[in-house]
Amino acid sequence: MQNLAPQMDAAPIAPLLELSGITKTFPGVKALNNVSLELFPGQVTALIGENGAGKSTIVKVLTGIYRADGGTISVDGEQVAFTSADDAGAAGITAIHQETVLFDELSVAENIFIGHAPRGRFGLIDTAQMNTRAQEILDRIDAPLSATTPLKDLGIANKHLVAIARALSVDARVVIMDEPTAALSQKEIEELYDLVERLKSEGRAILFISHKFDEVFRIADRYAVFRDGEHVGAGLMSDVTEGDLVQLMVGRAVDQIFPSRTHSAGAEVLRIEGYAHPTEFDNINLTLKAGEILGFYGLVGAGRSELMQAIFGITRPSAGTVYVEGEACTIRSPADAIANGIVYVPEDRGKQGAVLGLPIFQNVTLPSLAQTSRSGFLKLAAEFALAREYTERLELRAAALDQDVGNLSGGNQQKVVIAKWLATKPRVIILDEPTKGIDIGSKAAVHAFMAELAADGLAVIMVSSEIPEILGMSDRVIVMREGLIAAELRRDELSPETLVRHAAGIGGQA
Amino acid sequence: MIRYLKSREALLVGVILALIALIASRFPAFILPSNLVNVFTDTSPLIILAVGQAIVILTRCIDLSVAANLALTGMVCAMLNVAYPGLPIPFIIAVALMLGAVLGAINGILVWKLTIPPIVVTLGTLTIYRGIIFVISDGAWVNAHEMSAAFTGFPRAEILGLPVLAWLAILTAATFFVVIARTPLGRAFYAVGGNPHAAVYAGLNVGKTQFWAFVLSGTLAGLTGYLWVARYSVAYVDIAKGFELEVVAACVIGGIAIAGGAGTIMGAILGAIFLGIIKNALPVVGISPFWQLAISGAAIVIAVAFNARAGRAKGRIILKRAEAEAQA
Repeated sequence: MQNLAPQMDAAPIAPLLELSGITKTFPGVKALNNVSLELFPGQVTALIGENGAGKSTIVKVLTGIYRADGGTISVDGEQVAFTSADDAGAAGITAIHQETVLFDELSVAENIFIGHAPRGRFGLIDTAQMNTRAQEILDRIDAPLSATTPLKDLGIANKHLVAIARALSVDARVVIMDEPTAALSQKEIEELYDLVERLKSEGRAILFISHKFDEVFRIADRYAVFRDGEHVGAGLMSDVTEGDLVQLMVGRAVDQIFPSRTHSAGAEVLRIEGYAHPTEFDNINLTLKAGEILGFYGLVGAGRSELMQAIFGITRPSAGTVYVEGEACTIRSPADAIANGIVYVPEDRGKQGAVLGLPIFQNVTLPSLAQTSRSGFLKLAAEFALAREYTERLELRAAALDQDVGNLSGGNQQKVVIAKWLATKPRVIILDEPTKGIDIGSKAAVHAFMAELAADGLAVIMVSSEIPEILGMSDRVIVMREGLIAAELRRDELSPETLVRHAAGIGGQA
Repeated sequence: MIRYLKSREALLVGVILALIALIASRFPAFILPSNLVNVFTDTSPLIILAVGQAIVILTRCIDLSVAANLALTGMVCAMLNVAYPGLPIPFIIAVALMLGAVLGAINGILVWKLTIPPIVVTLGTLTIYRGIIFVISDGAWVNAHEMSAAFTGFPRAEILGLPVLAWLAILTAATFFVVIARTPLGRAFYAVGGNPHAAVYAGLNVGKTQFWAFVLSGTLAGLTGYLWVARYSVAYVDIAKGFELEVVAACVIGGIAIAGGAGTIMGAILGAIFLGIIKNALPVVGISPFWQLAISGAAIVIAVAFNARAGRAKGRIILKRAEAEAQA
């Protein structure tokens, strides 16, 4: 289709691992659609794609955590079926995850050999042999570690080395690295590159997942690009430029229709000056007008959610001032933020949104209890009235308002969460990934609703990692990268390429 | 209506009635009004403590120091009475409530400000409070003859055929029923226990809410401290030792979810009454009191298994069909 590279069959070597036609569907979402991927011995393949393109899903299919609905996996040309993580391990596939999956309380050697420790007499673990073998592996990768050190004494970079040693201990032929450099310093990254080179020279196939273009060009031999759960291109790194890859990542057909909005921003509602946090973000300045939707784009980990949590008072910034309608206000807790008319609909609605064991009306009134009580006692009638007003506005489908939220479907639970926030009559609403993980139909409903809120004069901040959503909904977009504002773009300046370039920190304009 | 009949509380009422009927079928004297009053009065301390404990457990915490708090407050009240026999009873009760609240607040502060797990905090304060009793009393007993008649007589005084002790249990139950159902703080207890993350985003202070739960539990333990010492006319280091487990058991049997956020005050009270009946009926029926522990234990396991079953159906409903059924 859009392959930029010459056909693979010209390659002199056969792929070590071959996936073809892999499909994986979750309720309401097609996470992978007829995807193929080939990994070659002694080569690094970079897997590139936006957030939500299906990269993590394919890793989970490869390591036996998910079972694909369709398609085949072949190792050395032989078809295999993984029913568990053990099967994948036995076939020589190991993954080193973003957050290393290791055990802090165990020693380095125990971590390396957990699940396949050498056994001695009576089936007991042969500690001496385990430590010796672990040390051999550590020495082989030049890791400056002792096998008997407790893991909790190690820094993040050394934990990565332990994870890699673990991969070697099972003699993994396919090593998957999921954003391994995300938490490393420049020096540690260099050491990791050396190690990757060594793994290559040993004939292992490496799948390297990364958001950073510079490292992809530095270390990968091949690339594969995913977009919206589909494989959109693969080939040799030497045949492509950064621009080609960006094009592949974002160049999608416009398949979503966004509500048309007549943009008429009112007076300034929110102004933030010099917001900073010791470790998460710095030098944040922004303004927001009534009736405006401000998009926040960036890669995962760019500091967007962290900034929003600070604006909402969950964490405290080290410097900076928030002005609501021109007046400086002190926000020390979420209660302060709510009192100042700022509300935050978090990304993880299951975990942070609703109290599943409480009835609908009690969930809706939870942030507004002062409003529904008189002289210290709750007024049930007032609670029901408030809950009814907002759940009806959102067309909530439920038998009764005293039904537990846990008995509702996901979409209706979300409506309860949004009703809860609207009931506080906010002036600023922050929506964090408002359509993540919901199907196309529900997305359109959320978008229409967002447009309606803005039309009613609410100022909306929308944090989103989905480019179409950012393009379709925002009046203005702030792009964040590594805790800083990388760019502020007007609607007429927006294009997928510009967004990706600013978010990934690629110099020059599209 | 059907929903209420199927509720945990209705089930417990049924079990309690069946239990009483079973005992009465062999020992009709058990259901004489005078005996039932005795059983209820005997169970009153457990009821008062279970109400406080229920609130703490609702917020995902646990208070293991209630019995030690009770013993310390009881000892202080008894020693006050011995030293100043003329002190009026309302003053003694005020001291008991306040001292209990302070001891509860110490737990609450440690949980809130130092974010130490509640089980560790209250295990520690349990030992500390018992130790303080030893320090202030030198390990000596305060016996009946040292206490004033007014001091020991108060919980036993009868109003409308019920002793004051029983009336206080009823008053506590009624008060906290209203606090839980009808105040923002009561609602916060459920929200904080049900989903602490969501509670934070809703502007609730999770630690502070848990602090208040400990203060309430401590206050009720303090009140029970005076009542206990006065009723049994004795105070020493080890009174009510191990009683905290019975209190937790009453809550669990009453359907207070140990993971927090679910259960009712009524349930905890019924759980306490269930345990009280078993404790009082076994000697009548002629079963060794040692069996009482085994029976209480079995009741706890059954109650927890029951909770787990009831909780299982509460997963996420994905099928539209199942959702329609759940709403019917």
